[in-house]
Amino acid sequence: MSRKVLLIEDEPNIAEAIRFLLTREGWQVQTHGDGADALQVIRAANPDLVILDVMLPGKSGMDILRDLREQDGMQSLPVLMLTARGQSRDREMAENAGVSRFMTKPFSNAEVLTAVRDLHAQATRL
Amino acid sequence: MATLNILILVCLGYVVLLFGVAFAADRMAAAGRGRWLRSPVIYTLSLSIYCTAWTFYGAVGNAARSGLEFVTIYLGPTLVMVSWWWGLRKLVRVGRSQRVTSIADLLSSRYGKSNTLAVCVTILAVLGGTPYIALQLQSITLSFSIFAEADTSGLYREGSSVFWVAAGLAMFAILFGTRNLDANERHHGVVTAIALESVVKLFALLAVGIFVVWGVAGGMGPMMDRIDASEIGQWNVDAGRWTTFIFLSAAAFVCLPRMFQVMIVENDDEGHLRTAAWAFPLYLLLMSLFVVPIAVVGLDLLPEGSNPDLFVLTVPLSQGNDWLAMLSFIGGFSSATSMVIVTAMALSTMVSNHVVMPIWLSTQEGSGSISGDVRNIVLMARRVSIAVIMALGYFYYSLSGGGTALSSIGLIAFAGISQILPALVGGLFWRGATRTGALVGLSVGFVLWIYTLLLPGMGAAWMPASILESGPFGLGWLRPQALFGIEGIDPMVHTVMWSLSLNTVAFCVTSLLSFPSPLERLQGAQFVNVFDHSAAPRGWTGSVAQSEDLMIMTQRILGAGPAQEFFQAEAEQQGGRSRLPEPTPGFLNRLERELSGSVGAATAHAMIGQIVGGSSVSVEDLLAVADESAQLLEYSSQLEVKSAELSRTARKLREANTKLTQVSEQKDSFLSQVSHELRTPMTSIRAFSEIMRDTRGLSGTEQTRYAAIIHDEALRLTRLLDDLLDLSVLESGQVSLNVGDDSLRSVLDRAVSSALAGTDEKLAVRRSRASERIPLHTDLDRLGQVFINLISNARKYCESPEPVLTISAHDVGGRLVIDFTDNGSGIPPEAQSMVFEKFARVGGDKAGGAGLGLAICREIMQRLGGEISYLPGQGGAAFRVSLPLAYQQAAQ
Repeated sequence: MSRKVLLIEDEPNIAEAIRFLLTREGWQVQTHGDGADALQVIRAANPDLVILDVMLPGKSGMDILRDLREQDGMQSLPVLMLTARGQSRDREMAENAGVSRFMTKPFSNAEVLTAVRDLHAQATRL
Repeated sequence: MATLNILILVCLGYVVLLFGVAFAADRMAAAGRGRWLRSPVIYTLSLSIYCTAWTFYGAVGNAARSGLEFVTIYLGPTLVMVSWWWGLRKLVRVGRSQRVTSIADLLSSRYGKSNTLAVCVTILAVLGGTPYIALQLQSITLSFSIFAEADTSGLYREGSSVFWVAAGLAMFAILFGTRNLDANERHHGVVTAIALESVVKLFALLAVGIFVVWGVAGGMGPMMDRIDASEIGQWNVDAGRWTTFIFLSAAAFVCLPRMFQVMIVENDDEGHLRTAAWAFPLYLLLMSLFVVPIAVVGLDLLPEGSNPDLFVLTVPLSQGNDWLAMLSFIGGFSSATSMVIVTAMALSTMVSNHVVMPIWLSTQEGSGSISGDVRNIVLMARRVSIAVIMALGYFYYSLSGGGTALSSIGLIAFAGISQILPALVGGLFWRGATRTGALVGLSVGFVLWIYTLLLPGMGAAWMPASILESGPFGLGWLRPQALFGIEGIDPMVHTVMWSLSLNTVAFCVTSLLSFPSPLERLQGAQFVNVFDHSAAPRGWTGSVAQSEDLMIMTQRILGAGPAQEFFQAEAEQQGGRSRLPEPTPGFLNRLERELSGSVGAATAHAMIGQIVGGSSVSVEDLLAVADESAQLLEYSSQLEVKSAELSRTARKLREANTKLTQVSEQKDSFLSQVSHELRTPMTSIRAFSEIMRDTRGLSGTEQTRYAAIIHDEALRLTRLLDDLLDLSVLESGQVSLNVGDDSLRSVLDRAVSSALAGTDEKLAVRRSRASERIPLHTDLDRLGQVFINLISNARKYCESPEPVLTISAHDVGGRLVIDFTDNGSGIPPEAQSMVFEKFARVGGDKAGGAGLGLAICREIMQRLGGEISYLPGQGGAAFRVSLPLAYQQAAQ
């Protein structure tokens, strides 16, 4: 069973680190670095999990999430959101937008892996 | 015996002479020559129009009838001149500072520009003046008739001669009184002609007197004997009559429209009053010198029943001295003509200014602007008024039949015109005098004068005997000649006593009870304190000064801010040549509307009129009025001010709050940005260091690669911290410049090599090194930092396959301009305005910059006195750095 994660992150180094971690966990990792066409990429990739940065060029992660949740069949797609801004307001906004899990950079690798595992487990249980 | 023909010829010749003199004097005055025209002598002589035909003929008649009582008519003016000349000086000063044109104008002006009052005074003056003019016509006619009695040619018809005399005098008055509308209402020609007439009449009377004393009586001794023998030589002083007449003539001397005309309106110099103060009494003394001798000799020589009013003529005639009689006739003619001309002029000014013009203006209302032809209308109104006044005099004479004795007509006129005195003197010396008081006092006096003197004197047709005997409706205490039951007084004394005392009481009481309008207060202060206000008579103020005064006044009324706004808007509307608008009619109308919202329409109108009308009311006085009305509104305006202050404070608080919110938001956003920029490299560092720590079996290349990432990100953090510190130092202004000298070329050399060092990228830099030999005197390191930043940006962001950066330097208008243009796709227009903002990473972050570089460049260029800007439309990204040239900086 191939698990597919779509990583939307504009910082190449962070993307590479996450790819490294998740690949070793058995995920198939697809990365994308731009916010503007992120929605189409998500639909096209049809991933099991989305890891979404907030500050993206073109369109913010918040807007992408909000729009995503309005689309058919996308309400229950697990979305792990990462932000470097670290304001409590951001967490609220993300939760209102329908985020599955919200994490602040810098994160520990273990945290990311735990979050990804939890989200996948929840999704498959359903 | 001189024939009537000769007499008429002499009269015509004399009139032509007067025309000539008046014309020449006008010409000289217009040419600015003839200083003697404005001499105190001319002034004094012109005052002697006080001596009319009434004095010339009537004094002798009076002396023949009532003895020395005629002296009272001379004593009144003498007393005024000698003991009250300071009061006259005040009148003259007021008249000049207020540009008064007549006594009606003076009173109207004093009592708040009240036209009602002016109309009342005008009516009174016309009513009082008409019999007086008739009197002059009568005297001329009577004197004609003396010669006509002896004339057999049958040429003479009394009625027509009066008509022609009246018409001729009207012509003369029209020709010389209304030739132009002088701003000062001065008529040098007429005044000079009158002065000549004064000399003629004095000369004629003296000649007759000398003839009588030395030619008829045979010298001083025999003359004195004759006088002693005559009953009129006895000092038979009726204290009541004397006091009354002296007072009456003194009052009339000040109040008569013609006296006011020559004494106040035609006055050129206050100093002339000093001369007149002794010279005019002297003139009167000379005029009265031979009155008694002529009367005594006339009574002796001429048959019973001869008219004593004509002794001046008939005594020489009876002695066969035709030429002296002729001279005497000319003297009487002079007295009559000068009086009639000046009276007609003065009255016509009043009638046209206060009756005709207001009516005409009210018919013109709404028909737009009143243009320059008002002048012609005013002149026409005056001419018609003169004609009407002369016609009134003529008809009065025709109706009354000339039966009454000359002196009684004169006294009736005196009593009437004296009713002005309380309001006039009160207005000059009592600030509390009000318009209502003046109106009531004047009306009371006027009505009493008509009721007790004018109507009874006009005969039974006007005042039935029953009323005289038992009062109207049988009310005895209202009998016209015995008011309140007080009987046995001479009718003239009775009238003067009651009318003037009740007039004065009514004036004072009403003034105390009524409340003056602001304008009245202002004018009252102007009149009472005239010597404080006008050191010297002021001319027209210039238009700019007027605008300034208007501005000051408006500021006081509307407040400084709104006033300035209003004036600025007006000035701009007028083309904005000057700071203040020209006082055009349109502007004044709008200003008036603006002001009337604050002080009421009437006051606004009056205030603007005061300033623009050129009267010499000082701005301080206007301000006093403004302050006064402001005091009345003090409470409400204080409340308004308080509430305005409160809302201002609230607005300021709101603004401050908004600003604080903005600052706080900017700070939040900045912190959030900084947080993001710090956390991003830290995330990579943490992730890869954990990978390297936790992952077994990493390949060597992997290890090297991840270590390199950690290293790069650590450097990125350091750069970011450096930039943030740099920016905060630059923004706080605490940066110290390290100024040095070098050429642009070497600074660019260092920047290019520094920016491209250690990179294998292929950015080509094109320079024109020859044009870079420009000396710099600035902080070379900071400027170099800017250059490095721009070159690095081109290296990082120029996406052309063969990236080229062109650097060119020019001298543009004394400034050094260096353009950095690459051949990439440039910065999209919507982002161009953002590039110099902090964290504005327009080109994405492929180079990992924090987006502070250009913000730092902007700060640096500001500190160096230059600037950096984006040049749109250059193909690629183009930045322009400009700063002052070194030699100019050195010069500074």
